[in-house]
Amino acid sequence: MSDTLAPDQTPADIDSILAALQSGERPKRPSLISASITQGWRALLKIKHVPEQLFDVTIFPIMMTLMFTYLFGGALAGSTKEYLQFFLPGILVQSIVFITMYTGVGLNVDHEKGVFDRFRSLPIWHPSAIVGPLLGDAVRYSIASTVIVVLGLILGFRPDGGVVGVVGGVVLLLVFAFSLSWIWTLFGLILRTEKSVMGVSMMLLFPLTFASNIFVSPTTMPGWLEAFVKVNPISWLVTSVRGLMHGNADGADIVKTLVASAVLVAIFAPLTMRAYRRK
Amino acid sequence: MAATSQPAIEARALVKVFGETRAVDGLDLTIPAGGVYGILGPNGAGKTTLIRILATLTRPDGGSATVLGHDVLAEPDTVRSKVSLTGQFASVDEDLTGMENLRLLAKLLGYRGRAVSARAAELLSAFGLSDAADKQVKHYSGGMRRRIDIAASIVVTPDVLFLDEPTTGLDPRSRNQVWDIVRALVASGTTVLLTTQYLEEADQLAGRIAVIDHGKVIAEGTPGELKASVGAGALHVRVSQPDRRNEAQSILNDHLGVAVTLESDPAALSARVDDAERVAAGLAALTHSGIGVETYAFGQPTLDEVFLALTGRHAESEPEPDAGTDSVDGVMQKEDVR
Ligand SMILES: Nc1ncnc2c1ncn2[C@@H]1O[C@H](COP(=O)(O)OP(=O)(O)OP(=O)(O)O)[C@@H](O)[C@H]1O
Ligand SMILES: [Mg+2]
Repeated sequence: MSDTLAPDQTPADIDSILAALQSGERPKRPSLISASITQGWRALLKIKHVPEQLFDVTIFPIMMTLMFTYLFGGALAGSTKEYLQFFLPGILVQSIVFITMYTGVGLNVDHEKGVFDRFRSLPIWHPSAIVGPLLGDAVRYSIASTVIVVLGLILGFRPDGGVVGVVGGVVLLLVFAFSLSWIWTLFGLILRTEKSVMGVSMMLLFPLTFASNIFVSPTTMPGWLEAFVKVNPISWLVTSVRGLMHGNADGADIVKTLVASAVLVAIFAPLTMRAYRRK
Repeated sequence: MAATSQPAIEARALVKVFGETRAVDGLDLTIPAGGVYGILGPNGAGKTTLIRILATLTRPDGGSATVLGHDVLAEPDTVRSKVSLTGQFASVDEDLTGMENLRLLAKLLGYRGRAVSARAAELLSAFGLSDAADKQVKHYSGGMRRRIDIAASIVVTPDVLFLDEPTTGLDPRSRNQVWDIVRALVASGTTVLLTTQYLEEADQLAGRIAVIDHGKVIAEGTPGELKASVGAGALHVRVSQPDRRNEAQSILNDHLGVAVTLESDPAALSARVDDAERVAAGLAALTHSGIGVETYAFGQPTLDEVFLALTGRHAESEPEPDAGTDSVDGVMQKEDVR
């Protein structure tokens, strides 16, 4: 390692260690919220030290938006500007849902490196080790959402729902992303390598996002595919976000999206925690 | 924490199976509170598995274990509030700095506000890591990593600290520092359970030692008892005048009072002996007779020798150049006697 620290000259100081041991009384155990926030802080510190992580939430969404708008815009809707009104909420969902996959990868690395062993041996609310990073991810998703919406506005996206509608759409998306992430946390803990976590996540994400109403309206699809698209929660989410942003939201879709989110957490959070505890 | 009759740790018929491997296999152990208890065993003996069970990280498949009277399965959170673990492999976040790691743990343990940074800074300075406080741990040297790992384990002073092979891979200087830290911990009343592959380390630090092999305790006692059960230390001598080796053999025989063996090296002799005074006298006599001592080594039996004595077979660990006769105070250099 070229930048290993210079000579390790300062010895440990026994008297100071004794003093430190004497003053090491156990404070009151932190609440589950503050434990989670502390773990989220750790996730954000990682961004500070490994800023390359931000590529996933800046360059990647910009590329996706530009590419799909100009590739499909003309062909699918006659003009890119017209397509953008339909497509921007969709590409927003697509980008964020794809980025959730990195949650599992990051968790897998922590798990393999033994950082979790340290947390598991502490008397804390254990789900905080998972919930915290998910909160940190919410920050990343917010950055990505802002990037995409601003780019959209520059390209000619004009949401009728105004600021409230756009923010509402993003919040719903964040809720869904948080819930979906519990699938990846489970894989992050039970699979052995980051590569396999990545592979499995891709395998699920491609059909889920492409067999949805993100790119085109399902009425143009063959019957069997249309049937799948209609029960795909990603479609409910996209419809809701579109509705919120354009000011014509259908409550039923939002409710369905929230129920899907709750079901995801109800199934995968306990499984994740079981995998976390077991070893 | 001090002198209570309650043992720090009690394990009964403990079992942990990984597929075909019985990593811990009906292990019984009682560890008194206070002082250092050494767990000695070769690679794969089950040391780490045992420690992980006691620290509530691994669920045993059979038997029971208590820490300060609390069952690891029934009251895991109570156990976690009494113990701390410094694992065999680094368990701090390498991407974060030393300071950030300690602040993270201080916060997770309930420190608030200014106390968080104050506690982190206090520990960094005590462990001689102030200069490296704002460097990512991945850039630390081996010795510094061990220290930040131990510091991370005592953010709140534990009643029982598990140290899993704390000095494996460290240079002698760093190893001595870790030993000093362990002594400070004990002085402050923490019970330290330390695993090691080096008899000498257990001997230096531990009041009692358990030797484990294939997940079972095969010997237990004070270092003195253990060494006595193994027999003596070993003396190896190379004489300056190999042609007078037989003469040297009888001189040493007289002074050591034990059988002296001729080695395959035509200048070398060896004996199983642990009385340092007799060894010194024997060596002086060799010099006096003009046969001369070229080199010699006098040290404790190696872990391998302990194993050989206890099990009748060699330990299956990789050869460790650090262990055994190459010990810090077990080896007297020739110059020392002159
Ligand atoms: N998670 C695991 N899955 C499968 N086998 C395991 C696992 N952990 C340990 N083992 C096996 O259990 C046995 C005991 O391992 P353990 O790590 O406890 O030994 P150890 O005494 O700590 O060895 P070392 O000195 O190499 O650290 C070994 O044979 C090891 O391969
Ligand atoms: Mg081990």
